[in-house]
Order: sequence, then structure tokens, then C-alpha cells
Amino acid sequence: MKRNFKYITGVLLVISLIAFVRCQSSNQGGALGGDVAQKVYVAPGEHDEFYALVSGGFSGQLAVYGLPSGRLFRVVPVFSVDAEKAYGFNEETKPMLNTSHGFIPWDDAHHPDISQTNGELDGRWVFINGNNTPRIARISLSTFETEEIIELPNSAGNHSSSFVTENTEYVVAGTRFSVPVPQQDISIEEYKGKFKGAMSFIKVDQETGHMDLSFQIMMPGFNYDLAHPGRGKSHGWMFFSTYNTEEANSLLEVNASQNDKDFIAAINWKKAEELIAAGEFTTMPSEYAHNIYDESTHTATSTIKKEVRVIDPSKHPGLVYFLPTPKSPHGCDVDPTGEYIIGSGKLAAALTAHSFTNMLDAIKNEKFDGEAYGIPILNYDDIVAGVVQQAGLGPLHTEFDGKGNAYTTFFISSEVVKWKLGTWEVLDRQPTYYSVGHLMIPGGNSRKPFGKYVLAMNKITKDRYLPTGPELTQSAQLYDISGEKMELLLDFPTVGEPHYAAGIPADLIKPRQTKIYKLEDNQHPFVARSEKETKVVREGNEVHIYMTTIRSHFAPDNIEGIKVGDKVYFHVTNLEQDYDVPHGISMIGAQTSELLIMPGQTETFIWEPKKVGVWPFYCTDFCSALHQEMQGYVRVSPKGSNVPLKWTLDGE
Amino acid sequence: MKKSKLLMIVGALLLLGLFFLPLWNITLEAPQYPDAIGMDIYIDRFEDANPNDIKNINIMNHYVGMEDIPETIPEFSIFPKVILGMVALGVVFGFIGSRKLYTTWFVIMIILGSIGMYDFYQWEYDYGHNLKETAAIKFTTPDGEPMAYQPPLIGSKMILNFKAISMPRIGAYMMFLGMGLSLAASFQHKKENGNDKAPKPDAAGRPAVV
Repeated sequence: MKRNFKYITGVLLVISLIAFVRCQSSNQGGALGGDVAQKVYVAPGEHDEFYALVSGGFSGQLAVYGLPSGRLFRVVPVFSVDAEKAYGFNEETKPMLNTSHGFIPWDDAHHPDISQTNGELDGRWVFINGNNTPRIARISLSTFETEEIIELPNSAGNHSSSFVTENTEYVVAGTRFSVPVPQQDISIEEYKGKFKGAMSFIKVDQETGHMDLSFQIMMPGFNYDLAHPGRGKSHGWMFFSTYNTEEANSLLEVNASQNDKDFIAAINWKKAEELIAAGEFTTMPSEYAHNIYDESTHTATSTIKKEVRVIDPSKHPGLVYFLPTPKSPHGCDVDPTGEYIIGSGKLAAALTAHSFTNMLDAIKNEKFDGEAYGIPILNYDDIVAGVVQQAGLGPLHTEFDGKGNAYTTFFISSEVVKWKLGTWEVLDRQPTYYSVGHLMIPGGNSRKPFGKYVLAMNKITKDRYLPTGPELTQSAQLYDISGEKMELLLDFPTVGEPHYAAGIPADLIKPRQTKIYKLEDNQHPFVARSEKETKVVREGNEVHIYMTTIRSHFAPDNIEGIKVGDKVYFHVTNLEQDYDVPHGISMIGAQTSELLIMPGQTETFIWEPKKVGVWPFYCTDFCSALHQEMQGYVRVSPKGSNVPLKWTLDGE
Repeated sequence: MKKSKLLMIVGALLLLGLFFLPLWNITLEAPQYPDAIGMDIYIDRFEDANPNDIKNINIMNHYVGMEDIPETIPEFSIFPKVILGMVALGVVFGFIGSRKLYTTWFVIMIILGSIGMYDFYQWEYDYGHNLKETAAIKFTTPDGEPMAYQPPLIGSKMILNFKAISMPRIGAYMMFLGMGLSLAASFQHKKENGNDKAPKPDAAGRPAVV
């Protein structure tokens, strides 16, 4: 018995020793893991180093994250209505979503691009394209509000957009689908030759940011996939990748994948400017909406424009050249020096880098290899600078770290590959989870990248997170690229489908922030700048309530004399002038969203009461200690009643 | 000009700083106000330390029933006149160049300053104690008395979740310096003239041999 006990004790001792050793070794693993965790840990109250402005894809919005933490701060409503922020619901922002097809509550937002000065990020605005009903939006990086949306005529599937030139002279947008220009009732089989691809050059006012569709270059009926501007030595040129140079109009997955090479179109927009100045264009009747949100009236207006200037490249030698590029190139990226134009043949295993210097040489010596619709095709061998061989499967997009390295995503093989510009050798590869699309290095498509992190954006997540039924989140993954090898740091879910993103050091954005709107600058036609200015005005069956909010009451908060059948406008001004004190308001039975009103702002919702009674409204944003007391009543009388119009606060 | 006269005149003129620089400041600090909010007190007005601060102090304080910080108070019409009077008096005294007058000016300043501080205390007391009956939030002290929200006369103290700091500002420091200079003028005068009771210089201006 005693021996047995000793024996058992001995065995237990050995087991616990083993357990101890194992524990020790797993602790070491934990310590290594902790090192990675530290790199993305932003302590409570501390700020992230970078902003990441990540497109929401089919959500139509733009999400604002911090890097390296991956924390989500805000979703900026751009092309889709957003009930939370009343975007597209309140009377002030409804015009933002107007188009030549009428009010459109949704779009597919793809490629954000931050404004630049001298080829470097300047933090003024971010532009983003709406794919489906072609539009370009401009978002202020002081207010993080969408300030302007311009529709693009003659365009369809606005995908090779929205990319800014080196000094934000233009934001450039290319059509993905070619369409009949002008639109007409013809057979789809007449595609070849009849369909055109419009490349839009939108001039940007440097003071206000206001956009103006300056001209369109009417290209052959290919699909224009992505674009990037020349920079440095290639400033003045814009590069677009194409597919479907076969000009197929059905079963494109097969019929548009037959040519061994498609093109990158190089457009000399400085030349286009000269043509415009010389009157070498035609003015085409057209119809497109231009919507501007005015910060002083807190209100958007929509104007329908009626014409556009069009340049036919076949008539103007020197305006456009085609650079043959293998296998339906998707990404079209220009390195920080402006010398290399990288085409990612998405059906190939290799990447092609064209040399801008070689291109100019070939043009100078007129070494052309035929033409397409009057546009010269350069000889592939004359212009290619190098090929990254066997880098992966299905290359899509490339960004640059400013240290001579490039990073390319491969959709089919789900990886990010680091390679060297000039030697074209592969340096490193890291898996993504899964099916990566774009990637982003802050400033990675400018003259001055901030090459510390790369963010890869994935289409598919499968088993990566807690499952949520059939529909799963998309994701972004953050890699540290400061060393020789990339290191996966973080994996976080995203809003909608992250197509592309734009990153920028926080220090370029933080000092620009608008904290409040000044009440004295509020020029809204229905503003009440103080409680003394509040009133209720009846005009026939329309009733306008000039209401104010301040912690913690509405003025007025008792309203009588409203009748069934009235159209009641709540024009609500937030009198607060303190940072981060919005108020909300919502009325029972109002067939719209709440309002969420920033300090100094006026917003309007409409309520059409259908039932007699006394109906409450209340503040929807927890604003203060007496938020729950922030409420009011409207008395609704039957149609034709003669209850007088009366409005009070605390009986006065 | 004699150094003592200069000291007195410059000292008196330093008070002019009060016409464009703040005399006093009250600042409120709390975690949810990362940029503290505050009010600068001039001899003729209250001013926001940062835009909208007074409005935001009023919004906060109305919950406990405090009155708004007034647009103006009677003192604002009196202070500038008194200060201007003291500047004039100091300059005249300086030109006259009498040590007694320098001392007199200093003493008047001390008296006026004390009255000013007492007045300020009274205003603060009233501001912190005169609470509306209908206040939404009524706090009491541990012994059951209604809580008061009087800011400190000088220095800092915790009022609920706020740290209230009350301190002189550059205008006041210039005034203190001015008063100091009037004292210095006094001493300088003594140095320049020796003891008042000492023998006067002779007719030729030679100092008397003591």
C-alpha cells in the first residue's frame, strides 16, 4: 500500500513536470503572439497612427478605420441612404442622391482616393466612385460628410474611377461597360463599333473642391477596368487597363478572355487640355445631375446639366496610345517615381511592368504595331521594362512602399507578394484569408508612400470569424511591412465589401477637423438661431415648425392646431455650440428616419399625421443627464377643426 | 528724469494693461472636457476662454439651478473709471515726485484691490449659492445642507466632477508689478534724496557733507 502510494506520487510528479514544461513552452508562444498584439494595440485614450478610408462596396458607403488598431470610427454615407444619420431621408440631403434617372437610394462604392498636392496626400478631400449609376462623390475630410456628387453621362459601370491627378487637377473616371453613345434603341449585337467607352475628366476647384465635368474622351468599346495617374516624370498622363478588347457582348467570361493581350490605354490629358483650349471638341447634348451640399445652408441642391464636351481620340494623334498587356489586366498601378506602369493580367501568373521612358521613346520613333479605331498600338517588346514571373495566380493590384518594393495581391492563390522594382524578383509572400482584392499602403499610390503597413482587403472569410448564418462579413488584414518579411498583425471584419481604401497619416487630418458649425453662420432658410426665433407657421395644409434643441429640451415642446391631412415640416436647429453634443428627434408615425443634428446645424423631416390624438416626439441621441426628459407633444385634430395654432415651452 | 519718478509713472501706466488683458480667469476641468472650459474676466466684461465656453458653462450649471453668468455687471462700468483714475493719479504723483504720494498711491491700490476682491467673492458666493427652486438636480452635502457651487476665490477646488481653478491673469500681474514699482519708487526716492531729515544740499547743489 505504502509502496503503491510512493509509486503513484512519483508518476504524478513526472506528469506535473511534463505539464509544467509544456506550459512553459506554450507561454513562449504566447510571448511571441504578444509581440504582434503590441504592434496593433492602441491604448485606451490613445490615437491610431493612420486613418484608413475603406470603401463599403455594395453598402455604398465609406468606412473610417484607425490603423494599426483596425477600430471602426464612422461610416460616412455617400451613395446609399443612411437612416442613422438621416442621409437621403431628411429634406436637406435628399437632393444628394438625385440623378438623371431620379432619386436613387443606393450605389456600389469602390475606389476612394485622397486629394494630392505635388503628388503627395494633402488630406483635403477623398473622392469615391459609384459604380452602378455612374457618379463621383467628394467627401470633406474636415467634416467627414459627402459634400458633392456628380453624375457621369455616357458612362456605365463607373469602375476605372475615381483617381486624382498629381495636384488634384482632375478626378478621373472611366466607364467599365461600353454603351451606345448617345444612347439609342439598337440591337445589342451591333456592339462592335457602335458602343463607346467614355473617359471623364472632372476638374476640381482648388478652393472649394467643386467638381465640373470638363471633358470626355470617347474611346473604343472596350471595358475599362482600373486606372491610375502618372506622377513625377509621367505627370500629365493617365493610364487605364482594359479587358474585352474582343468587344464581346455576351458570355464575356469566355468571349472576353480570348485575346492573349489586352491594352493599357495611356491618355495624355495635357494634350487633351490643349485640344479643349483650341476648341477641338464637340459639344454633345446630355443629361446628368450635379449635387452640392452647402455647409452654410446645411442643404444640398441638385442641378441637371445639359451638355458635355467630347474629344474623339481617333482624330487627334498623340492623345492616346495602347500598351499591349497580357491577359485582361485588372490593376493598373504607377510606382512613386512615375516610371513603371504595372499591369496585373488577372488571367495570368505574371505581372507586366511597362516603362514610361520606353513608351515615350517608342512614341517618338513611331514604333507602332498597328492601330485600333485609329489609336496607335505600341510594340510590347519596346515598352516592357520587366516581368515578375510566376509570382502567384491571378494578380490584381499593386501598391508601393517608397523603398523600391512593390506589393501585389493574387486573388486565386489568396496571397500578398512582395517584389522588387527593377530586378522583378519576388522577395516574400504571405497568405490572405481569403481571396484578396485590393490592398492599400497609406500613400501607396502617390509620390510619397508611408510604407509601414499594408492593408489587404478580402472578399471571402469562410471560417475566420464567428459564423453569422449564410451571409458572412468581408475582412481586412493588416501586415507590418517595415521589415524584410511581411508580418500578419491583424484581421478585422469590415462594413460591406471593402474594394479599395485610401490611407493617410492621422496628423494630416486631425488638425483640419470641424468641431461644431457656428450658429451665426447658419443660413438655412428655416433656421431658428435662438428660442426667441422659434415659431409655427401655417401655409394652407403645410405647417412649418421652426424648432430648436438644447440640453435638455425642445422649443417649442407643446404644439396644438395640427390637423389630419397636414404636411408638417419639423425644421430643427441644434443650438448647442459644444463639441460632440448632437441631438436627435423623431416623431411617432413619421414615415422617415430620425434626424441627427450636429451643433449649429438645421435639419428637416416631414410628418403627415393620419390619426387624431396627442402624439409625442423625443430626442433620439442620449445627449445629457436629462435626455429622457427631452420630449414633447403635438395635438392632432380632425380635418376641418378650428383648434387654433399654438406653440409653447413651459407654458410660454 | 529721476529714476524714482520714472518707476512711479511706469508703475501707474502698467495698469493700462487691464484695458486689453484679462484680470482673472476661472477654468473648469473634467474628463469629458479634454479642452477645459473657462472664462476670462476683464475689468469691463466676461469673455470665453475658448469660443462658446460661457454658453457651455451656463448649459451645464442650469441643471443644478444656477443662474446664467450675466452679460454684464455694474462693476464693469465702475472698474474702468477707477483704473483710469488711478493711472492718472499715479502719473501726476510721479511728476510731482513725492515719496509720500508714492506710498499713498500704493496704499490706495491695496484698499481698492481689497474692495475688488471682496466684491468678487460676493459675486462668486451669490453665483454659487443662489439656486433656483426648480432645479432639476439638487445635491446636498453630507450633513444635509443644499450643495453650493461657489468657485474658489483663488486656487482650485473640486465641485462635483469639475475641478474649478481661479487664478489671476496677465492684466492682474501687470497691476501687481505696477504696485511693486510704486513701492520701488518710494525706496528709490529715499536713495536719491537720502534721509528726508538729512541736511539739504547747499545753494551750489553740492551735497552736504554728513
